[in-house]
Amino acid sequence: MQAVLSEDQMQFKQVIARFFDTHSTMPAVRRLSETETGFDPVVWSELSETLGLPGTHLPEEYGGHGFGPTELGIILEEMGRTLYCGPFFSSAVMAGYALACFGDEAAKIEKLPQIAAGTTRATLVLDDLNHPSKVGRLIKANQAGVLTGTAPIVLDGGSAQAFLIVAREPAGLGLFELSPTSPGVEITLQESIDMTRKIARLTLQSAPGLRLGSVTEQGLYQFWDLISVALAHEMIGGAARLLNDTVEYTKGRYQFGRPIGSFQALKHRCADLLMSLEFAKAATHHAGFCLAAGEETTIYPSMAKAMAADCFMDMARAAIQLRGGIGFTWEDDTHLWFKRAKCDEVLLGAPYQQRARMMDILQEAQDVA
Amino acid sequence: MSRDEIKAELEQFLEAEFSPDLSLIEWRQRLVSAGWAAPLWPEAYFGRGFSQAQAAVVTQVFAERRIVGAAQVGPRRLAAETILAHGTHEQKLRYLPKILTGEHAWCQLFSEPGSGSDLAGASTRADREADHWRINGQKVWNTSAHHADFGILVARSNWDLPKHQGLSYFLIDMRQPGVEVRPLKQMNGHASFNEVFLTDAQVALDDLVGGEGEGWAVATTTLSIERQGFARGRGQSTPAEPSAGRVYRELAQELEIDNEPYTWYPQREGRPDLVLQRARETGAIESDAVRQEMAKLFCLSEAARISANQVSAHQKSGAQGVLPAGSIGKLGASVIARQAAHVHTMISGASAMLSGPRSAADGMIAETLVSVPAISIAGGTDEIQRNIIAERVLGMPKEQRMDTGPFRDIPRNSQ
Repeated sequence: MQAVLSEDQMQFKQVIARFFDTHSTMPAVRRLSETETGFDPVVWSELSETLGLPGTHLPEEYGGHGFGPTELGIILEEMGRTLYCGPFFSSAVMAGYALACFGDEAAKIEKLPQIAAGTTRATLVLDDLNHPSKVGRLIKANQAGVLTGTAPIVLDGGSAQAFLIVAREPAGLGLFELSPTSPGVEITLQESIDMTRKIARLTLQSAPGLRLGSVTEQGLYQFWDLISVALAHEMIGGAARLLNDTVEYTKGRYQFGRPIGSFQALKHRCADLLMSLEFAKAATHHAGFCLAAGEETTIYPSMAKAMAADCFMDMARAAIQLRGGIGFTWEDDTHLWFKRAKCDEVLLGAPYQQRARMMDILQEAQDVA
Repeated sequence: MSRDEIKAELEQFLEAEFSPDLSLIEWRQRLVSAGWAAPLWPEAYFGRGFSQAQAAVVTQVFAERRIVGAAQVGPRRLAAETILAHGTHEQKLRYLPKILTGEHAWCQLFSEPGSGSDLAGASTRADREADHWRINGQKVWNTSAHHADFGILVARSNWDLPKHQGLSYFLIDMRQPGVEVRPLKQMNGHASFNEVFLTDAQVALDDLVGGEGEGWAVATTTLSIERQGFARGRGQSTPAEPSAGRVYRELAQELEIDNEPYTWYPQREGRPDLVLQRARETGAIESDAVRQEMAKLFCLSEAARISANQVSAHQKSGAQGVLPAGSIGKLGASVIARQAAHVHTMISGASAMLSGPRSAADGMIAETLVSVPAISIAGGTDEIQRNIIAERVLGMPKEQRMDTGPFRDIPRNSQ
């Protein structure tokens, strides 16, 4: 198994970093966070058409580029570093992976190329974003594929062009598709703590869905691992940026006649944060390498999500604290990161839930042995 | 030399020279003469000038054929590598062979009661007499000093220079009247360290390593070797049972002495390896609260392992921009050990009060609980590691120094 990024992957990372440094500046993030849809269509087409990013991790036979969790992770790390605002996670990662994991052959042939090309901005509707075992309690499908129920939180639900929905069927779970304009679909924009990622509430009342495939319990867990590791990459990217900017701030801010970064109280806190970041990065990259190598049901995806979330939140708290009062103002950018960190922390399961899953997997592995 | 050539020559040598019935010293003398005891060292000094990759072939053949190698355990390798790097031609010829054969045991005389983290603040005196150096002062935390034949010593030879410039580095004979060694009992009951009192002890003039006043540079070499883990004797065991022959029997005896100071070292790391089994035995694994803390521990220990692998893969690839993994890894080890002790405490409950061989895991849990405080101190405190990380990795500004100018004017502990 891979232990570090290859030469090619390093170069890819540089290209991606340059793109988001140019297109996801803090003024752009500020501007987009104030809009309803929360993304820039020009930047979206550029990252889709010029760089082909939404298809990175999707299979080549369905219009993707056939790379894996590591390359996808590189993109998300850079998006996290620049607080990118756009439907990449909802469409390419969640909907793209869901269709690739659960879609029937015909559905994949028909729908996946558009998600891979970025021409359709889809989103995945899960009626629970805490734990895979809780999915399918609120949205139900009857034999005819008519959907009823509510998903309180749908990422980019207000701007998505297609909804992929996991719903409870008479037997098991199924994946369905719905258009936002279908009868029986009600979309309500929700206020999010994190203004850089828009959410909506989706209510379905006898909405006729198109069935795309079956969702097995094991499949759902594996899918959850894929998207959790992707999200962990976004978080370590954000955490790394925060540490860098915070340390720079302490070098330039003078109190008591000296830069505050020369005080041990601050140095030691930053050193601890660096260690926590290095560990979270190691865990996240390793989780990506494991998924890329086809290792299923390991502790690493949950471990990465838990560590990245704790690290990102610690970093965000420190970033505000070390700036003092200015860090608590709307004008300073730090709160944007803090809010992304808070929402990422709970999206797909809070750290305690990830740790509980780790222990289940460890114990099962030991029982087998 | 290619891999195959090394293997062929070494196997021919072993065929001709090795016998399990040799004495340990006799066998190692043969190894030293042929350059196999320290293949990384230059040919002029008992080695073969091998690269790491070439030396790995030797290690592998030794392991496969259960061959006894040079003496490894304890501070002796710190002395050897430092002498090799900074010593005179005569010092290398005089001291190196008997370090490799194990005839001479060594100890390190650096820390003092008045200078721990601030090692360069050493105030043991070295006064130059007509035909020797006269040494006066006290050292502490000296592993294996109680059976050492020689010590590597840092002492102050000039009090008028700034502190780093007034130090010199010596090789001192421990078997002399001016050297008194007292064991230092630790809070966990072991006594793996000593205090060493130096009262008009003598060092020959030609036992100065590096020039007079160059002690700090030489000591830095020793410390970096120490950080690379040369001094760790843990886990070293005989390649075959003592019954397999005299050389193995004598090695087992040597290791019994040399490994003794390190028996509690795994316990100071918190024994995360015992956690899952203990949690199952006691039923604590059913508790959600315990499971959360266990998972936090495994996150840390796994991440530390993965991170170390990534750093070594990074170094092998020759890539730039590697973090000083040493300090981060050391800080990580402290956090892991504390969390492990916390989890062991939760698992044991009130039984965590019990100690001794009849307590949990043959006393290892109790020993863990009272040994963990050492890990964040030994080899550089966590606080020093954090300074290193903040200043060297993150580039944060240094604090203003209060210890510039002649050493004699610097405020220090009244010793």
